[in-house]
Amino acid sequence: MGDITQQPGRLRPAPENFLSEDQVKAVGAGRRDFLRKSFMAASAAMAAPLAARASEGDPNILNLPAWSTSLGQPVATTPYGMPSKFESQLVRRESPGLARVGGASVSFAPLQGLFGIITPSGLHFERHHQGWQDVDPTRHRLMINGSDDSLLKKPKVYTMDELMRMPSVSRIHFIECGANTGLEWGNVAVPTVQYTHGMLSCSEFTGVPLKTLLEDCGVDTKKARYVLAEGADGSSMTRTIPMEMVESGEVFVAYGQNGEMLRPENGYPLRLVVPGVQGVSWVKWLRRIEVGDQPYATKDEAVHYIDLLPNGLHRQYSSIQECKSVITTPSGGQTLVDKGFFNVSGLAWSGRGRIKQVDVSFDGGINWQSARLEGPIQNKALTRFNINWVWDGKPAILQSRAMDETGYVQPTYGQLRKVRGTKSIYHNNAIQSWKVVESGEVTNVQVL
Amino acid sequence: MSRFSKSILAVALGMSVFGSASAVDNFHGVGRQATPAEVKAWDIDVRPDFKGLPKGKGNVERGNELFEEKCASCHGSFGESNEVFTPLAGGTTKDDIKTGRVKGLSSGELPQRTTFTKVATISTVFDYIQRAMPWTAPKSLKPDEVYAILAYLLNLQEIVPADFELSDKNIADVQKLLPNRNGMTTDHGLWPGASAKKGGIGNGGVPDVKNVACMKNCKPEVQIGSTLPDYARTAHGELADQNRNFGPVRGTRTLGPEAARKAADASTLDLATKSGCMACHGVKNKIVGPGFNEVVARYQGQPDAESRLIAKVKAGGQGVWGSIPMPPNAHIKDDDLKTLVQWILAGSK
Repeated sequence: MGDITQQPGRLRPAPENFLSEDQVKAVGAGRRDFLRKSFMAASAAMAAPLAARASEGDPNILNLPAWSTSLGQPVATTPYGMPSKFESQLVRRESPGLARVGGASVSFAPLQGLFGIITPSGLHFERHHQGWQDVDPTRHRLMINGSDDSLLKKPKVYTMDELMRMPSVSRIHFIECGANTGLEWGNVAVPTVQYTHGMLSCSEFTGVPLKTLLEDCGVDTKKARYVLAEGADGSSMTRTIPMEMVESGEVFVAYGQNGEMLRPENGYPLRLVVPGVQGVSWVKWLRRIEVGDQPYATKDEAVHYIDLLPNGLHRQYSSIQECKSVITTPSGGQTLVDKGFFNVSGLAWSGRGRIKQVDVSFDGGINWQSARLEGPIQNKALTRFNINWVWDGKPAILQSRAMDETGYVQPTYGQLRKVRGTKSIYHNNAIQSWKVVESGEVTNVQVL
Repeated sequence: MSRFSKSILAVALGMSVFGSASAVDNFHGVGRQATPAEVKAWDIDVRPDFKGLPKGKGNVERGNELFEEKCASCHGSFGESNEVFTPLAGGTTKDDIKTGRVKGLSSGELPQRTTFTKVATISTVFDYIQRAMPWTAPKSLKPDEVYAILAYLLNLQEIVPADFELSDKNIADVQKLLPNRNGMTTDHGLWPGASAKKGGIGNGGVPDVKNVACMKNCKPEVQIGSTLPDYARTAHGELADQNRNFGPVRGTRTLGPEAARKAADASTLDLATKSGCMACHGVKNKIVGPGFNEVVARYQGQPDAESRLIAKVKAGGQGVWGSIPMPPNAHIKDDDLKTLVQWILAGSK
C-alpha cells in the first residue's frame, strides 16, 4: 500500500488508478480483500480536501463517485454471480467450542443480516455428521425397499434422470435443527442471533412427493406405518418418519433448492424434505427409503436427538419444531446507530402449520403489540414480521411471541423449564429477549 | 371460436390421454426393480427387534485389539475420551443394570452423559458401528468385527464379563441388561404421526406448555433470569465484523484493534479449516491424525520436508502415524497446499 501516491486535492477518475501494477495483478489473482483496503485508503485520501467543502453538502453527492464516472464490468465477469465485496461479513460461522471436529459440527446462518424469508443457498446453515460430500449425480441412486417383502410389492431403484422426469412439486419450507437454541437451555451462552437461532433456514425446494414413489413401488400402507430414510455419505444417517406424514403428501425427495440444484452441503443431489420436522430427519444425499412396520431407534433417535427430562427419562422420537419466533433486527451483538425510528424485524415459524399472529414487546413482556406479517403466510415456512419502533434512548427489552394456526402460543423460558428442566438440549422454542441499553448496545438476556 | 380454442381443446384431450396412461402404467420407463444383490448391499439397518442383524460373533479380547487399532485414537482406549466426541462408556452402576434406568440421569450426579447412559436399544449401537465407523473409513468393519467391538464396549460398561463372546444368538439377552433400557419415553406431543392410542407414538401432538397471548399489563415486573457472561461476549470473535457497516445497526465492537488484527492473521488456520485439515488434526494436539506440533517434530531439519509433506497431504497415506488412514486431498489447490505446509512447518502460527 505504501506505493500508492497520495495527492490531496486531485480527484481521480476510477479506483483502479490508485493501484500499482502489482496491486492490480493481485486483484486479478483473486485477492479481493486487497482491493477493498486500497479503496478505503483512496477514500481517506479524498476526505481531506472535501472536508473544506462540507458546508456545501455531502461530498458523496458533490463529488461524483468512481462508479458514476467510469465504465463498469462486462457481463459474465463472474459466470456464477457472487455477493458484493462489501457483504463479506455476513457468512456462515461456527460457534467456538461447540464441536471439536469440523466434520461433525454446525455452521450457523447469519440471521442478523438477512431479509424476507428465503435463505440464500450459500448461507444455509450446515450440520454434518461425518463431513459433507459432493456426490456425482450421474452415479447417485435412490433405492426403495421394504423391511420385508410383504410391505412393498416391488423394490425399485431410481436414477436422477428418472426422478427428474417424475411429476414435481415446489414448496417453501423452513428447516430448523432440533438443537437450535440448544446452547441456551440453561442460561445465556452466546452473543448473537446467528449463534442463538442460526440453525434455521428457509428455501424453496423442488422434488417428487415420497408418496408418489412409494405408490410406484406398490407399498402396502396397511402394514408399513414407518419409513426409514438413509443417506449416501459416510455416516449414512438414518431417521424414522411416520407414514402418516408421507401419506399427507407433504414429504418429498428434493433435488432443487431456490431455483438451482441443492448445494453439496445441503445434500446434493437429493435430500428428503420433511416439513415442520427437525432438520436431522431431512436426510441429505438420500440413497435409500425403507418402509417398515416399526420405528428403527437409529443412533440419531436413540443416543442423540433425545430430550432429557428432569426425571431422568429421555423423550424419544421428538420430531416436530413447535411455534417459535425471534427478532433479528435489532438483535444481540448489535448497536443501534441512533435514537429515533426503527423497523424492528424478525422471523416466526411453526412445525404445526401457518403463523397466525406475532406480538412484540418493548418492555420485557409486560405489554405487547401485534406486528405486521409479510405475506403470503405459508405452511411450515418462515414468516417475516415487522413493527415500528421509536427508540427514546432509554433501556428496553425486546421480545417477540408467535402464535400458530392451532392456537399454540410460543412459551416463556419459565414455562418451558418447568416441564422440561434445563438439560434437554433439543426443541428450545422459548421467547427470546434482547436488552437495549442507553449506548444502543443490544445484548442477549433471558426473561423468565 | 377460433383455431386457438380448438388447439386448447386438443391439448386438453391429449393431456387426459397421457394422464390416464400414467395412472395405469405407473411412470412408464421410470425406475426399475432392485436386484436382490443391490438390496443386500445397501439394506444394512438393524432394528430393535434385530431384523437386519447379520450372523456373526466376536469376543471381548478381539474387540479390545480392534478398538485399540481403529477406535481409541478418537474415543480413548476405554471409550472414556472426551477429546473428540462425547464419551462412550462410563456413568452407570450395577444397580442401573438391574433396574434398566440410569440413576445418575435424574440425580444430577453424572458429569456428562455417555452413550451407555442413554441408549435403550443395543441394536442402535450395532447398527451405527456397522454403518458409520471408524470415522475415516465407515462401513469397513466386517460383522464379526462389529460384534467384537460391541462386546468390548459392553465389557467396559461391566454389562458382560471379560471372557464374553457376543453373537447374533445372544444379543437379545444382552439387550435385557442395558443399563438405560427403560429410560425412554414417547409420551409427548412432538411425534408428527399417529398417536400411541392409534398404534403410533406419543400423545397425538398435545403440547406440554400453554402460554396465552396476553397483550396488556401481563405481569407486575420483568424478571431477568440470565445475562450474557463477559467471556461469551468475546468468545465469538469480533462482532463488529459479523454485521454490515451500514444499515440501522452496527456490530458491537467486542475486541480491541490488536485482537482484530490477530483474528485477520488467523487466515491460514481458516484455510486449514476450510481445506478439511482441522477435522482430523489439531495445532497442538492429536485428534484422529497427529497434531501439527508432532508433524513438525518429526520432519524438523529434513531438507526435503516441505516437498515430502506436500506429496503426503496430496496422496494421503497410512501407517506413519497409526492405522487410521489419511484420505487423499486432491481438492486442495497447489498454492494453498504449499501455504498450508509452510505454515505447519513454521509452527502453525
